[in-house]
Amino acid sequence: MSNLLLEISAGTVDWSRAQFALTAIYHWLFVPLTLGLAIVMGIAETCYFRTRKRFWKDTARFWQKLFGINFAMGIATGLILEFEFGTNWSNYSFFVGDIFGAPLAIEGIIAFFMEATFVAVMFFGWKKVSPGFHLTSTWLTGVGATISAWWILVANAWMQYPVGQTFNPDTMRFEMTSFADVALSPVAVDKFFHTVISSWIIGAIFVVAVSGWYLLKNREHKLAMESIKIGSAVGLIASVLAAFTGHISGYQVAQVQPMKLAAMEALYNGGNNQGLTLVAWVNPFRQPDYGHEAEAPAKIALPYGLSILATNTMDGYVPGINDMIKGYTKNDGTREPSLTEKIEKGKLAIAALQQYRSGQKDKKTLQTIQDNMKYFGYGYVKSADQIVPFVPVSFWAFRLMVGLGMLFILFFAVMLFFVYKKDLMKYRWLLITGIVLLPLSYVASESGWLVAEFGRQPWTIQDLLPTWVGVSNISAGSIALTFFIFLVLFTTMLAVEINILCKAIKKGPEHSENLNANE
Amino acid sequence: MFTYSFLQHYWWFLISLLGALLVFLMFVQGANSLIFQLGKTPDERRMVVNSTGRKWEITFTTLVTFGGAFFASFPLFYSTSFGGAYWLWMIILFSFVLQAVSYEFQNKLGNFLGVKTFQWLLLINGILGPLLLGGAVATFFNGSNFVVDKNNIVGGMNPVISTWANGSHGLDALLDVWNLYLGLAVVFLARALGSFYIMNNVADQVIRTRAREKMLINVAGFLVLFLIFLGRTLWKDGFAYDPVTGIISMEPMKYLRNLLDMWYLAAVLLIGVVLLLYAVIRTAMDKLYMKGIWPAGIGVVLVVLVLFLIAGWNNTAYYPSNVDIQSSLTIANSCSSEFTLRTMSVVSLFIPFVLAYIVYVWHAMDREKITKEEITEDDIY
Repeated sequence: MSNLLLEISAGTVDWSRAQFALTAIYHWLFVPLTLGLAIVMGIAETCYFRTRKRFWKDTARFWQKLFGINFAMGIATGLILEFEFGTNWSNYSFFVGDIFGAPLAIEGIIAFFMEATFVAVMFFGWKKVSPGFHLTSTWLTGVGATISAWWILVANAWMQYPVGQTFNPDTMRFEMTSFADVALSPVAVDKFFHTVISSWIIGAIFVVAVSGWYLLKNREHKLAMESIKIGSAVGLIASVLAAFTGHISGYQVAQVQPMKLAAMEALYNGGNNQGLTLVAWVNPFRQPDYGHEAEAPAKIALPYGLSILATNTMDGYVPGINDMIKGYTKNDGTREPSLTEKIEKGKLAIAALQQYRSGQKDKKTLQTIQDNMKYFGYGYVKSADQIVPFVPVSFWAFRLMVGLGMLFILFFAVMLFFVYKKDLMKYRWLLITGIVLLPLSYVASESGWLVAEFGRQPWTIQDLLPTWVGVSNISAGSIALTFFIFLVLFTTMLAVEINILCKAIKKGPEHSENLNANE
Repeated sequence: MFTYSFLQHYWWFLISLLGALLVFLMFVQGANSLIFQLGKTPDERRMVVNSTGRKWEITFTTLVTFGGAFFASFPLFYSTSFGGAYWLWMIILFSFVLQAVSYEFQNKLGNFLGVKTFQWLLLINGILGPLLLGGAVATFFNGSNFVVDKNNIVGGMNPVISTWANGSHGLDALLDVWNLYLGLAVVFLARALGSFYIMNNVADQVIRTRAREKMLINVAGFLVLFLIFLGRTLWKDGFAYDPVTGIISMEPMKYLRNLLDMWYLAAVLLIGVVLLLYAVIRTAMDKLYMKGIWPAGIGVVLVVLVLFLIAGWNNTAYYPSNVDIQSSLTIANSCSSEFTLRTMSVVSLFIPFVLAYIVYVWHAMDREKITKEEITEDDIY
């Protein structure tokens, strides 16, 4: 049996994770607004195309201007993210590049070029191309961004639910066997819809907040009212659909990443008839002593809620953290091995691979590899605490995401009612609420990222490759240095962007009647 | 017909084409590096910025796609080069990040860093981008210092399979004078292409006259450095591999031999050089000729394409290791599986459509050139 004395420093792993998280979190500040505003400005320009009223053109151009300010930072941070798979996760890139590289390449070829080409027409083409061509370009910019999100989320989903691949001991890597399984895995499909639709919420809240500010300042009434109507309608539809896709996502997590679900719920010991925790006292800064605690204190739960979410039945069994360490019987009657058993199997796979690579390529060795490869990553695990994600982050991020999501449904429903049935100008509290919800929409969105990514630790690929085997051989000091360079760079640019956005909003839209336009 | 070997060659061709297009599209960087020389007044600089500013996203996207396509088709290169030459790639990425925000932010109300800050960032990217990317491409011929051992994953000690052999993490490439030659040659080339592009895209006589002058100086610099690099590369020993055993060895004048074996590439190289020289000579002789960017650009694409192809085709190791020659990467030992290459080849059928709509949009947007009047309007950077 192989006992590995891994030499990778904890600093390298931690700084690699920190740098990727920093880039991803920053990237995710800009992308949702890009995706969300694409819908709103597309609708506004379509209204212009159909009515040829200059008001709609001004409205579309105004939202496009804000879109453009935000767009550049999304592109800049996205470039870094793509290359960080190679620079900081080189072993990962080799081990699964045969599968993982394809979606990234397809994103570039099919989606990113579309976005990059037509965005120039959208910004600079008003007087250079026909209105129809311009409208098509505006929508194609949004479509390109959305297709781009599809392929990135296919790649991300594959890391969480690896399908359509087999291990090749001759090349020492996983190789793709079914492109359809990778590109259309149910986790990828739901992840795409949930992520993109929730991005529309941010775009919608942004539009409602900016419009609300205009109304509070008693200016730009028409643009503000029409934009609130579009934003609230998009926001209500999106937040209801996000709740629906979120429910599907919860069910899928229960099937393919039960440890993530247990961390989200702070569920230490599972069982049947499990309630969905509404709130409990989970110390936000300390990993709970899950091995010795029955459940988190001060827990208030929705009866049967978790069983319904995870199994679609009221009495379904949901495993807790300790159950996954000890092993348990699943709802279909099969047994999930304990962590000790998985570690043993993982080590068997590693040992057999060592033999294979040293020339012992007999049937028995191959069979051992094949039988145990499913648990390959566990061969690098030494103790139970390594496979349990940091519970407080998963627990509180999940509650923030869901709680704010529910609030958004309520807000958009109320806003739609008031904008159509009441004199919105008289309800300043509602307009102020819209502005307050803007930063909260980012909190909800980033919380979603935390739930998905913190909850799957320590796996870069679920069960197959832990973070400490996926990194590059770079010193912790080098990565720490680039981390702080990125931090300063991104933060400075974010400050510039916010300042420019605020000035652009303060300045307001151009009013065509003041221009000598012939249209 | 579509054997595994064919697919490997096909994907190396696509990578080479993307690399060649990227070098051409770095006219954006080249023009930006000349921003203070082409534009002496704020309005003139704004015309230059707005001219390159309508193309930078295509250059940027080509860089991203180049990375993504390399990842999908030759993942061992992606993991070895990016994870090994960490600092080289990080500096390249930093400079491109700075460029990405510089257009949108520089002339906007609320930019508290000032217009010139972002123009300097464009200039920095304009020099560093071509210099370091050119230097990185030169390592395809001159080698890098890395070791690959796939057994490391199950070896029990350090599991990382690709390691850089020294602590410089890629900066050692800049200590090789031949890498610097090509890096500097690409800087001059990008500046020459940038000048060609500005002449065609900005309808301002003063800027056009300056661009013509800069083009001639930079073409001269490029030709001197590039011809020395090319001559030395064709003359020197190259990294060959045995297609049956996969064993890599040094072969005298390997790259010259590649050109002779693949005579059609030599012909393409010649056409590329002739097109570039035609653009230079006609632009120098005919003061009314502004379209030099097209023959020059096509010529550059052809020349760079051939450079990439002689580095990877004809049983040549395209990413050689100087410290452990058997660790060198070839299109056979570093590529994706046959299934993945085949699948991606279907996806590659989209490329002509992508190129077609880029050309169409480019044509539609460039019918009217950038003028002083235009930069007083609202739809500008």
